[in-house]
Amino acid sequence: MADKQADRPIYLDYQATTPSDPRVMEAMLPYLSRQFGNPHSIQHTIGLKAEAAVEKARGQVADLINAESREVIFTSGATEANNLAIKGVAAFQKGRRGHAIVAVTEHKCVLESYHRLEREGWRVTYLPVSSKGLLDMKALTTALDEDTALVSVMAVNNEIGVIQPLDEIGALCREKKAAFHCDAAQAAGKIPLDVEAAKIDLLSISGHKLYGPMGIGALYVRRRPRVRLEPLFDGGGQERGLRSGTLPLFLCVGFGEACALAQADRASEGTRLAALSARLWSGLTAELDGLSVNGDQDRRFAGNLNISFAGVDAEALIKAMPEIAVSTGSACTSASVEPSYVLQALNLEEERTRSALRIGLGRFSTAEEIDRAVAIIVRAVTDLRGRAGRDGNSADGSQAAE
Amino acid sequence: MQDSPVYLDHNATTPMRPAAIDAMSGVLGLTGNPSSVHSFGRNARKLLDQARGAVADLVGADPAEVVFTSGGSEANDLALNGLSHQELPLTVIASAGEHDSVRKAAPQTIFVPLTGDGRIDLSALEGLLASQAEPALVSVMLANNETGVVQPLCDVVDLAHAAGALVHCDGVQASGKLAMDFAALEVDLLSLSAHKFGGPQGVGALVVRSGLDLKAQHRGGGQERNRRAGTENLPGIVGFGAAAATAEEVLAAQPCLALLRDDMEARLAQVAPEVVFFGRQSERLANTSCFALPGVRAETQLMALDLAGVAVSAGSACSSGKVAPSHVLKAMGAEDDLAGAALRVSLGWQTSEAEVDRLVEAWIAFYNRSRAA
Repeated sequence: MADKQADRPIYLDYQATTPSDPRVMEAMLPYLSRQFGNPHSIQHTIGLKAEAAVEKARGQVADLINAESREVIFTSGATEANNLAIKGVAAFQKGRRGHAIVAVTEHKCVLESYHRLEREGWRVTYLPVSSKGLLDMKALTTALDEDTALVSVMAVNNEIGVIQPLDEIGALCREKKAAFHCDAAQAAGKIPLDVEAAKIDLLSISGHKLYGPMGIGALYVRRRPRVRLEPLFDGGGQERGLRSGTLPLFLCVGFGEACALAQADRASEGTRLAALSARLWSGLTAELDGLSVNGDQDRRFAGNLNISFAGVDAEALIKAMPEIAVSTGSACTSASVEPSYVLQALNLEEERTRSALRIGLGRFSTAEEIDRAVAIIVRAVTDLRGRAGRDGNSADGSQAAE
Repeated sequence: MQDSPVYLDHNATTPMRPAAIDAMSGVLGLTGNPSSVHSFGRNARKLLDQARGAVADLVGADPAEVVFTSGGSEANDLALNGLSHQELPLTVIASAGEHDSVRKAAPQTIFVPLTGDGRIDLSALEGLLASQAEPALVSVMLANNETGVVQPLCDVVDLAHAAGALVHCDGVQASGKLAMDFAALEVDLLSLSAHKFGGPQGVGALVVRSGLDLKAQHRGGGQERNRRAGTENLPGIVGFGAAAATAEEVLAAQPCLALLRDDMEARLAQVAPEVVFFGRQSERLANTSCFALPGVRAETQLMALDLAGVAVSAGSACSSGKVAPSHVLKAMGAEDDLAGAALRVSLGWQTSEAEVDRLVEAWIAFYNRSRAA
């Protein structure tokens, strides 16, 4: 059995999905069998117990972001939460305001929702980012006006891990009475989030990105000052009429537990991940030249390292290392061969974009795994560079080094 | 001598089947996003495809026709809003007894009345179809969640297709309880839910006839062949697949449930001849009974039964918190007072005779008390 463990690839793709924490599974298991019930069947005891479990979970989610329980709407995941926030506000504000703002490095489901608004006649401003991936605050200030209904900026970028200045963005939006929507799928449970301090009006969370189950997420919807939105779909009128459908009891319980665990461990886990990330970076740079980190070096979540390896094609590099699971970018688009639009938004040379690898560290990453991964990456990069050198086309590669 | 509670509200949700629990327990600890290309992702993708095959087999569809959703409500919404004709949404024609997730999905839905026995009024449907200038989408459920009445879907499909309309069938409550064959039903869209027949909550599917151009309502990463964005709920889908793969056990239990249900209704009618049973003359789901005790509010009956440790409901769970009388019973011609006095009893594949006895005894005890008072 122990040997089998060593044979398993090392998982370094924590931004695509995180494994469920065993404690989360333990909390969920009773709800798969004995503790069943429809939380909306409040006419009998079994339904009431289910409702109580859901409300406990709602409180755990709210605590993680300093919100009130009743401001948390459960959804099927962050994609639905983002769709609900954007299309929901737009549907309500139609005829009142007609402008919306989104950063170009947002997740695909956010950008797609804004494309939809544009087709419906909304004026949409796509905000650029600096070469380090940080939002251009001047551009935001200029773009915001009395007609702006909604601004979407994510907390932590899924590809490059950059943390946006939420407090400043929130203050600017509040001044213009525009709703500030923050996609925190990658940030919740990883960095401190406070919807009050940052004046966030809508915030999306995903279960399976914080060691909880897949198939569940939440949208925080501010009550004071109240944010108004229309539901995406109607039905039984659950979740304050904003999200119909039977609530999945066991998923709510698992999600709530995951939030509670993440909050309890966040500070110490952050320190541990920063040490692992430094270990990875120093291990790689000790052996290899021509490495550069994409995205701001300091303002980033420690569990993400997006690195370009000069002279190496990232796709080829991934193929050369079946012993580790990493990616070139977002999982949703990982089957496509187009270069990442997030990296392109940083205005890097094309060579640097093509050679970029996203390495995601997380709760179950160990120093031993990092050391093994370093050895595997060093060997593969050296091998690929050597081959390219023999083929005589390494000229552009070596130049790209910082 | 407090006995364990008796749960007879299986149409609201039913406990998971052991096969589904086992399958999910094995997957909950798994790492991998099915869209990732590395080995963790490919392994997740394989499990996803297996489950898709099992769900497709359950309803005789092609795996490529199955779109996983977060449940029945989302599947219904996707069906009713995902199709268009020349960039315009289709006119939706739905029966008046549909679930709220259908009734409220499209803004200008035209409703077809029900007959007194709980079935869609086919001649009214025919008339409405004839008056449509543009292609319409007809939405009729396979079996009603409150009365269990099975709808004459073959007739609906014939009428609709003859008029050039498409058909969506809400098969949520019938999932796993009625044998269904997507190809033989000849519907264009079929909604399914996992937690109504022993799968997990939080997962469902929309079966989309191949060739139909269905637009995603949740946009994003392009999952589910661009028909439903969002990372797939892998453990939920695996549990759905396992429940589907063992659904014949649920189907096999149905004739026994019909006997239990019919016996229960006969005993209630014997003691309280004034009880009104809804849809009893129609073909019904074997597990469902809906009846009213005239003059006694449902809430009063529910409270008495809950105190006796028996859980049933007044209509659908989604609206159980509200006091509004059932729109289904009203569509069948019941006055507000009578509809407000109706209970729904729904049995599960594991329901025993002793449990039904507990319900009958508790209800009769309540009935005698209320008559004495």
